[in-house]
Amino acid sequence: MAERWFRSASGAPIALRRRQHSACCRELSVRCPRLQLRSLSAVTSAVWLAAYGLFALSENSMVLSAAIFITLIGLIIYLHFVKIDQESLLVIGSLGIQVTSSYASGKESTTFIEMSQVKDVVINEAIHMQEVIYYLCILLWDPGDPEGVSEVVPLFQSSKPRLDCLIEVYKSCQEILEQRKPTPQASGIK
Amino acid sequence: MVLKVFFPSCCSSAESGILVGRWLSEQNSAVVLAVLHFPFIPVQVKQYLSEVQRVTKVSVSVLGSWSNSKQEKEESLSEFLEDLGTIFSHEPWIQISKEGDSKFWSCSTLQKHSTSPKEEEIILVYYDQRKVMLSHLHPPLDTAASTDHEAKDASKLSAIFDTVAKSTVLFMTDRYDDGPIKLTHWQSDGVEASIIVELLKQASVPACMLLTFLLSLISGICRSRVLKFWPLSFLWSKLSTCEQLGHRLQHLQVISSNKKAQNQAQLMRSSSIPMKVNRSLHCASSLSWCPWDIKDAVKANIFVSLLIDVALGILLMSWLYRKNRIGHLADTLIPVADHVAEELQDLLQWLMGAPAGLKMNRALDQVLGRFFLYHIHLWISYIHLMSPFIEMILWYVGLSACLGLTVALCILSDVIALLTFHIYCFYVYGARLYCLKIYGLSSLWRLFRGKKWNVLRQRVDSCSYDLDQLFIGTLLFTILLFLLPTTALYYLVFTLLRLLVVIVQGLIHLLVDLIDSLPLYSIILRLCRSYRLAAGVKFRVLEQQDGKPLRLLMQINPLSYGSVVQTYRLPTYSCYPKDSWTSLCKKLFLGELIYPWKHKGEKQD
Repeated sequence: MAERWFRSASGAPIALRRRQHSACCRELSVRCPRLQLRSLSAVTSAVWLAAYGLFALSENSMVLSAAIFITLIGLIIYLHFVKIDQESLLVIGSLGIQVTSSYASGKESTTFIEMSQVKDVVINEAIHMQEVIYYLCILLWDPGDPEGVSEVVPLFQSSKPRLDCLIEVYKSCQEILEQRKPTPQASGIK
Repeated sequence: MVLKVFFPSCCSSAESGILVGRWLSEQNSAVVLAVLHFPFIPVQVKQYLSEVQRVTKVSVSVLGSWSNSKQEKEESLSEFLEDLGTIFSHEPWIQISKEGDSKFWSCSTLQKHSTSPKEEEIILVYYDQRKVMLSHLHPPLDTAASTDHEAKDASKLSAIFDTVAKSTVLFMTDRYDDGPIKLTHWQSDGVEASIIVELLKQASVPACMLLTFLLSLISGICRSRVLKFWPLSFLWSKLSTCEQLGHRLQHLQVISSNKKAQNQAQLMRSSSIPMKVNRSLHCASSLSWCPWDIKDAVKANIFVSLLIDVALGILLMSWLYRKNRIGHLADTLIPVADHVAEELQDLLQWLMGAPAGLKMNRALDQVLGRFFLYHIHLWISYIHLMSPFIEMILWYVGLSACLGLTVALCILSDVIALLTFHIYCFYVYGARLYCLKIYGLSSLWRLFRGKKWNVLRQRVDSCSYDLDQLFIGTLLFTILLFLLPTTALYYLVFTLLRLLVVIVQGLIHLLVDLIDSLPLYSIILRLCRSYRLAAGVKFRVLEQQDGKPLRLLMQINPLSYGSVVQTYRLPTYSCYPKDSWTSLCKKLFLGELIYPWKHKGEKQD
């Protein structure tokens, strides 16, 4: 179990943890920065100041209770649906690749892609607004076209690691994927 | 290559014996279904397995040996287990042994005709047999569109689910049976059954027969020639309540049909199903082995939806009839109709004057205004004529709310349509006048330019007109042009009113559609027994020990609520407006009549 610190595309520190469970099974997880207390307090104070201002204008105390309600509901929704704490990739040779995202509230959403569907794991470039970012993605076989790709599954979308972290993950994945028996459909892996 | 052994977690504490299951050679994996205990006679075991294979069409065989020794490893037992490998020839022969209460088992394989001498790695995957058996694996919707042969090849997991689900007959014998074969599986402590479920199953047969009889009576009456005469048939097609009742009747027919729809064609003919459900049914028919049939899901969804609908309808009815609210409603109906008529009259007076400061053509204005005012006067007289009967009619009509909330909403929509019938009439008059004017203007405009519309060739051709033709044409063009603002204004006002009514009716129909098509049973199933609707699997890595095989736990990843609704949506009879916004605007500009909500039964272009 080794943990190394990298930077995300936006500059925040992220931690990459690698675990080797067996010769054909590896787990790579990227931990995103946690919810900061100061940003939470800033948002809450802004909402409550606005509510107090409205209350001063309208003399209706419902505005204050509505503001508290909105803050609570908004926080719960943010923690349960938006804030991702950890993204992990579990590569099991000859079974498949499992992608898990754990949210701040503890919810985990998992997708498992069978090895027979995986064509390759590559690092791709994308132009996003004014910058070029790198992202790791899984290419899936197209049943109709042996040279084509039916779907591109991007990984680590919320932590957005930079190229150095992605290269580490890429190397780990490729070591396991190399062990695959070359199928008749594969035409020159890597 | 890596060998994968899928082991049921219920057999972890079973006594020593041999492993019975299925070997998937193309995936190099073994699915263990049960453990067969000593003592047994190999001939009887082979006979039993071939019986099971014949019934279930799953190639069940002896895969290897399982030893669970409470004390230290016994040498004689391990030799005995190896010898078993020669009796039940299976390639490779898997040997799993557990010592004491240790979590870490040792697993090895015996290859007699091995081509590669090196040690292959073994992965031990635990799975919950009951959940995997009851679960239905949903392929992603895009692969269901492709041929099912390819889909079967691509999904290896479905083979595993397939194996466990089809082998239900293997799980029927429990350890209290006195037979030569003693198995351990998830039901070996006693076959699960529920008295209530059995009683319901017994009661459902006569109930279905009674329901079928009643439905055939009702549909016979509906199809009788009496109701096919012109005024009645026209009325039935226009009232949305009748559509909804017919739809529900169809649903009842689907539920009460005892035989499952044997082939796709039958199911398709019985109800009009849109493309998405067609695809999911198509893929489900290819996975027809599953105990949880998608056709059962359709029946269950229809049944629950009907039940909830009727319950809500009865609730609404009890609320309406308590404190005589329906009487109050009937009392307010006439004043509301009067009020609407008065508002319309004020509107017409405003139009007859100088509306929004625009100058109208006085003569045409007066003619149109008086015509519409007289129409409203007639309408009010008819309403007042009907007013003593309104309360009684409404009381009896309100009783039909017990047929369901959707029927009550459809009745509301029809009542709105009837009450605003005069607005519809005004819209039609205004639209026709405007349409005539526009066509006349465009034709005479062509005359100005010396062109003509060639009906045969469907194009504009040049034409030389006589002088008197040109003179008359110019006169008519001028008249029509200067009368255009008046007609256009009337058209605009009544179109806006009509659109308002259409929007209100459309919202009610959307609500009815939502109640009709929501698969409540599937949603409740996803909430309570989420393992039955599987989108896939997820693996969890358990504690490892060096030298022992990799241990994984396979759990079921349930379908998301959005996919549940999308897959199990019930088909409805109405379709959404096919006109895009541009064509709608074009129709409005030209004055063509718009029918935004077309029903599937009507002629389609």
